[in-house]
Amino acid sequence: MAEKIATRDAYGKALVALGAKNKDVVVLDADLSKSTKTAKFGETYPERFFQMGIAEQDLMSTAAGLATVGKIPFASTFAIFATGRAFEQIRNSIAYPHLNVKVAATHAGITVGEDGGSHQSIEDIALMRVLPGMTVIVPADGPEAEQAVYAAAEHDGPVYLRFGRGGVPVIHGADYQFKIGKAEVLRDGGDVAIIACGVMVEAALAAADMLAAEGIAARVINMATVKPLDEGAVKAAATQVGAIVTAEEHSVIGGLGAAVAEYVVGNCPVPVEMVGVQDVFGQSGNPAELLKEYGLTAADIVAAAKRAVERKKQ
Amino acid sequence: MLTCENEKELALRARNMRCHIIRMLEAAGSGHTGGSLSIVEIMALLYFKHMNIRPQEPRWPDRDRFVLSKGHAAPGLYAALCEAGFFPEDELKTLRKLGTRLQGHPDCKKVPGIDMSTGSLGQGLSAANGMALGLRLSGKAARVYTTLGDGESEEGQIWEAAMTAVHYKLDNLTAFLDHNGLQIDGDVTKVKSMLNPGARFQAFGWNVLYADGHNLRQLDAAIELAKQTKGVPTMIIAKTIKGKGVSFAEDKAEWHGVAPKADEAVQAIEEIMAGGCK
Repeated sequence: MAEKIATRDAYGKALVALGAKNKDVVVLDADLSKSTKTAKFGETYPERFFQMGIAEQDLMSTAAGLATVGKIPFASTFAIFATGRAFEQIRNSIAYPHLNVKVAATHAGITVGEDGGSHQSIEDIALMRVLPGMTVIVPADGPEAEQAVYAAAEHDGPVYLRFGRGGVPVIHGADYQFKIGKAEVLRDGGDVAIIACGVMVEAALAAADMLAAEGIAARVINMATVKPLDEGAVKAAATQVGAIVTAEEHSVIGGLGAAVAEYVVGNCPVPVEMVGVQDVFGQSGNPAELLKEYGLTAADIVAAAKRAVERKKQ
Repeated sequence: MLTCENEKELALRARNMRCHIIRMLEAAGSGHTGGSLSIVEIMALLYFKHMNIRPQEPRWPDRDRFVLSKGHAAPGLYAALCEAGFFPEDELKTLRKLGTRLQGHPDCKKVPGIDMSTGSLGQGLSAANGMALGLRLSGKAARVYTTLGDGESEEGQIWEAAMTAVHYKLDNLTAFLDHNGLQIDGDVTKVKSMLNPGARFQAFGWNVLYADGHNLRQLDAAIELAKQTKGVPTMIIAKTIKGKGVSFAEDKAEWHGVAPKADEAVQAIEEIMAGGCK
């Protein structure tokens, strides 16, 4: 069994390392620093940590103000509050002036688990992706999350970083180099291409094993940057493989699947099947139960892959 | 202290700014007349006496900052920036037109001298706090100024930010409440019981000062006091008249979001030049 690390833990660790290297990095949190893992940065660099209390709108606009005077603010809270409660602050105070704020949200998706549907953010990728100039990154594991934090700090402009609550298996080695906007082909295959992000990358790899046992060769692509989308990787999947499955811990409306489909429809039409939450809210339960309940398992990806392969033949 | 000479110069600046506001709004055919005219003396004192700025070097890192939280009063800000030499006067007539830098609401990416994009109410005080925090962290002596509307203070985020400014002891921040008493739908006390905003900010821990928002000496004294106040942010409650300086627009909610027509602009300019107002 591979080692498991929560991407939020990797975020917290990366922030501390980043803080040592870059004195302009500041962190803001809204009374969730123990959960978002920004607390360690706060203990290490108290003068660069701003506790904003339970006030997410103020959190985002204050981060914007800090960015205008040359700071690199990481603003953290749960994904549901960051992108939902403070959407318009992110839109007008951060994205519209294209300020150098990193919205680093944790507890995204249904794997938040027992807290239930009110806290399960399944629309945040859509909300952030629609903003002009916003970069959207959904790391698949701890090492990628860490690299994404460094890359976000280097990138000039607003970035949305999406982290999860629970531990996810480590799939990247220490030498892995994450690059914004660059997809990663984890496994090649010519029958179907599975394009996944976040926790669904591990499920996609498991699905590829299951498909291989049935004689179906799957290309597995980790699309950690949902925006800007690596169109070259999507085009290659469409033209070389001819059938695509997308997989994300998010609504099928507006997320990674939609981004892929929008590109495919306009440029290289091939069958696209989407694995994701089907236009419903989540509920309480443990993460594994919820992934099964909402159709986000390796078996669901396998079924979608078979549908895509069938459609390709038609 | 404001010398007689200072006062004369600032009054002249204020008069020019009011003329700019009327002319640009008339040319645009739309925009916010009332709330732009009510902030003119505040803007004149900031841009021509108190703020440490370099119009030829608008991004100078050590400059004082200004955030127009009530962003719809953009013509008031554009008038000050143009008068200060950040951009040519000619450009004012492009207000709100396709391709202009002078958007309906302030855009810091487009206009030299604008420190923050605003327009969606309630967000500017938070942004000003962020600037004040960041400047202090960088060891800069620069100050941050912001102007809020009284109607705007119905936004919950203003009170989130009011707590933040006190929590972080932002004494490098001076805010103005343009207390003209009117918002789009009418009297602020009738729309949402915005009663005694000064007492509210005081209860939140702010140093609250009161001034006639059209009296240059009173405003100047309040700004000076704010600069000397340590450990807390200052809110200057500026009692103003919406549409100040133009008889037919003064104290009228219906002039919130309406631009003067050609004949009205002629009358307005005449009145402003004559200095005749309530």
